[in-house]
Amino acid sequence: MLTILYDGIAYGMLLFVLASGLAVTLGLMNFVNLAHGAFAMAGGYVTVILMSRLGMPFLATLPCAFLATAAIGLALERTLYFRLYTRSHLDQVLFSIGLVFMASSGVDYVMGSEQQIIKLPEFMQGRVDVLGVSIGIYRTFIILVCGVLVVALQLILSRTRFGSRLRAAVDDARVARGLGIDVNTIFAVTFAVGSGLAGLGGALGAEILGLDPTFPLKFMIYFLIVVTVGGTSSITGPFVASLILGIADVAGKYYVPSLGAFVIYSVMIVVLILRPQGLFARPR
Amino acid sequence: MTVLNQSGKASSEASVIASLSMRHRWHVGEAIFWVCVVLALFALPSRYLLINEIAVLALFALSLDLVLGFAGIVSLGHAAFFGLGAYVAGLLTKQGMADPTLGLLSAAGAAALLGLATSFLVLRGSDLTRLMVTLGVGLVMGEIANQAAWLTGGADGLQGVAPGPILGMFSFDIFGRVASIYSVCVLFVLFLAARRIVNSPFGLSLLAIRDNPLRAAALGIPVSRRLVAAYTIGAGYAGVAGALLAQTTQFVSLDVFDFNRSADVLLVLIIGGTGYLYGGLVGAAAFRVLQDLIATITPQHWQFWIGLILVLLVLARRDRLAQLARRMVSPLLGRLGLAGLMRGGYPSGAQR
Amino acid sequence: MSKRNAGCVIGAVAALGLFCGTAWAEDTVKIGLILPMTGQQASTGRQIEAATRLFVQQNGDTVAGKKIELIVKDDTGSPDVSKRLAQELIVNDKVAFVAGFGLTPIALAVAPLATQAKVPEVVMAAATSIITEASPYIVRTSFTLPQATVPMADWALQNGIKKAVTLVSNYGPGLDAEKAFSERLTKGGGTILENIKVPLANPDFSPFLQKVADLKPDALFVFVPSGSGALFMKQYLERGLDKSGVRLICTGDVTDDDQLNAMGDVALGVISTHHYSAAHDSPENKAFVQAFEKANNGMRPNFMAVGGYDGMRLIYDALKKTNGSTDGDALLAAMKGMAWTSPRGPISIDPQTRDIVQNIYVRKVEKVNGGLYNVELATVPNVKDPVKAAK
Repeated sequence: MLTILYDGIAYGMLLFVLASGLAVTLGLMNFVNLAHGAFAMAGGYVTVILMSRLGMPFLATLPCAFLATAAIGLALERTLYFRLYTRSHLDQVLFSIGLVFMASSGVDYVMGSEQQIIKLPEFMQGRVDVLGVSIGIYRTFIILVCGVLVVALQLILSRTRFGSRLRAAVDDARVARGLGIDVNTIFAVTFAVGSGLAGLGGALGAEILGLDPTFPLKFMIYFLIVVTVGGTSSITGPFVASLILGIADVAGKYYVPSLGAFVIYSVMIVVLILRPQGLFARPR
Repeated sequence: MTVLNQSGKASSEASVIASLSMRHRWHVGEAIFWVCVVLALFALPSRYLLINEIAVLALFALSLDLVLGFAGIVSLGHAAFFGLGAYVAGLLTKQGMADPTLGLLSAAGAAALLGLATSFLVLRGSDLTRLMVTLGVGLVMGEIANQAAWLTGGADGLQGVAPGPILGMFSFDIFGRVASIYSVCVLFVLFLAARRIVNSPFGLSLLAIRDNPLRAAALGIPVSRRLVAAYTIGAGYAGVAGALLAQTTQFVSLDVFDFNRSADVLLVLIIGGTGYLYGGLVGAAAFRVLQDLIATITPQHWQFWIGLILVLLVLARRDRLAQLARRMVSPLLGRLGLAGLMRGGYPSGAQR
Repeated sequence: MSKRNAGCVIGAVAALGLFCGTAWAEDTVKIGLILPMTGQQASTGRQIEAATRLFVQQNGDTVAGKKIELIVKDDTGSPDVSKRLAQELIVNDKVAFVAGFGLTPIALAVAPLATQAKVPEVVMAAATSIITEASPYIVRTSFTLPQATVPMADWALQNGIKKAVTLVSNYGPGLDAEKAFSERLTKGGGTILENIKVPLANPDFSPFLQKVADLKPDALFVFVPSGSGALFMKQYLERGLDKSGVRLICTGDVTDDDQLNAMGDVALGVISTHHYSAAHDSPENKAFVQAFEKANNGMRPNFMAVGGYDGMRLIYDALKKTNGSTDGDALLAAMKGMAWTSPRGPISIDPQTRDIVQNIYVRKVEKVNGGLYNVELATVPNVKDPVKAAK
């Protein structure tokens, strides 16, 4: 039973890394970016390509996935996304769905439509018995990496100049500009980092969630659930939300397999009925 | 601002009444649109099935327009009502009640009931909340249909859907002629009804709520009740669209509840433009025709080109297809001395 | 008449004659291929299209004096769109065959059309048993899940497996496999500890695998659609189930040739039953695999490809038998009872059920020439679809 809890936590953490970028762009730039999953997919494919074509070890590909996806995100933001900041949400939805179609189809053309398979390094495979509970090594790795990321993100937000500028821009972009804060650069950097995190999540998740050209469309729902339930005004909100959802999903499938898929949607609906702004959002 | 003396009040009142009743008048563009639809039915006998598919999608998009464009509720789970309508209509024919009109009415009723039951979920919260809640409801409905495989046929689909002849006279044929005419007629009738609804005081109050709920409430409009009513009507319309699909294709499978369906209809509505009722129809026609064309040329990579077109469409600062068309056509009309034709009729509201 | 005028007249008459001649002889037989070209099942569509084009390339595009034209359509995963596409193919393009069908509901949706228009429907991929009963014009060249599963249960009983757990994806073919395996095993004296159903769109198998680990059966029987096999295999290994004494047995969809090589050593030793392995030791198969890999950048053919290849063979042979006539009833009569040696082994079309009768092989994943292959251990000859045979 504890194993299930552990698995659920790992799954939840992975969801968090993937969805955190979306939470920030939605909360900061009020931009509905449904193409977020495409960045995750890109990160996964970067890892696959680096490992299979260049023979890089898995751990080394992770920072590359982050940087490459961040670079793509930055480039797209400066060329395309910034034009749509003032447009309606529906326009943004249309635009990002168009991007997802293009990315999905493009990846299919270049890399083929099969599931991509990564060979983890030896020391990451298998399980370990800790205090009578069987724990997967790779899942432990995911929990560690994601834990570090959460702490880092929280520290950046609360302790650095950049973080305080970011929070100011989220609260009120106009006033922030008036104070001389370069909001455009903040937007660009945040978008890049958010995309990079998604890419990292995609690379980490390829082993557990699979990786194929339909990845963005399949998992977009889960990211949206995390962001909506967690609210977009903090890091802790989506973090707790993804943990809850991860554990609920895994536990639901274990204990009541016939209702397995219901659980995650029902939890979401219940939470949203009780607290429409999300679990941790400040009422706007 | 008109000065509110006795005569001034009367004259401003008269002008308000005049402008509101203008909305009921049929615009030239509308007449041209429907004439084109009828022409398509006659001129393109080999494309009956595509026309049928477009008509069903158009009705579905119209139902979403009532909910999104007029009541301002962003829904990503509208397929829940569509799917319910489809299964109700399909199951009815299997129980021996094969009259298509009965099927439509039952589907509308069932879907409206579901809409009423879930309407309390969409009353509160931001756009994103509503998006996710409706999405959740849609997905839950899909799961229920999957679990109830004894009733719905599960993943294999419902077979043996055999609708009887329409009005006892017209049987469905393999060419799709009867089906497409049927769908277009149903679409037209429901469109007329929708037009009546949105131009009524009820419809105007919806617009007020959409633009500023707080102000509407302050004016004494019962916001929640109106939203529930609008959502229920929209759900009923979607149910009819689903029933049409079941009856004209004689098959229902789980993908009527698919997230893709909800996403597609939202896409179609955004392309055509929300809030003026024709958006769904125009968008459905444009999207389906385009998709069919591109998929014939490249069955493997059509998604890429559709995606590219969507991106370009948004970047080109389109407001909506109709306005774009109007901008292109009006200088031409002006040169022909027919500029007056472009004025009047529908207000260009809905800057969504 | 001057010489020039005469020459012109002769030339014109000759051209006219040629035109008439070619118009007379050059009739086209169109085949509508409705395949999943995008989405989750896109690799299925890719394999089948490649196989059908390979067949046409190898055997020429003329049969019985008629020219063959393939029209490929993407089913977009939607049965109603596929039904419209099939209808348009039949009514507008006047195809003589509709073929392909990667998913059961799509094959079922098109069935009434095949009956009404009297057009043979050749199912090259979908594998649920009831499909061929939906229309008298349906012929299948792929396989059915019960056909592939029953021998697996038999092998399990023969190899001392008494307690088993089944884990299948919760859709048509999966439920077919679960039912067939459970019934066969219990009939032979074994016990099913639990039937676990996994949602089709499922990323994470871990809670289900944990349940299996808790139940401690002798063997775990798995069916997931080709594509999820790799993911399943990895999570199976990750949970250490391979070392815990639970044997993994499955249908060949899990050890799909398309993905097997990329799965890595985790797949070694897995026992499966299926109707086709790329390592099948026959001259026809060796030639097929070689030609396929050459024409498709080294892509290995899998059981989907062989379904498409044999479907084309069926179409060609039927046309030869009817002398190029595209009458649906004549073609159907020609197809019933047809038998030939396919790359997978000897196959035939059962005249009563119009379903495929073929050998099922018990295979083990082993390393051959540096690549992973399903090496055949035993053969169960001429297996009919057990569900229909029992009726």
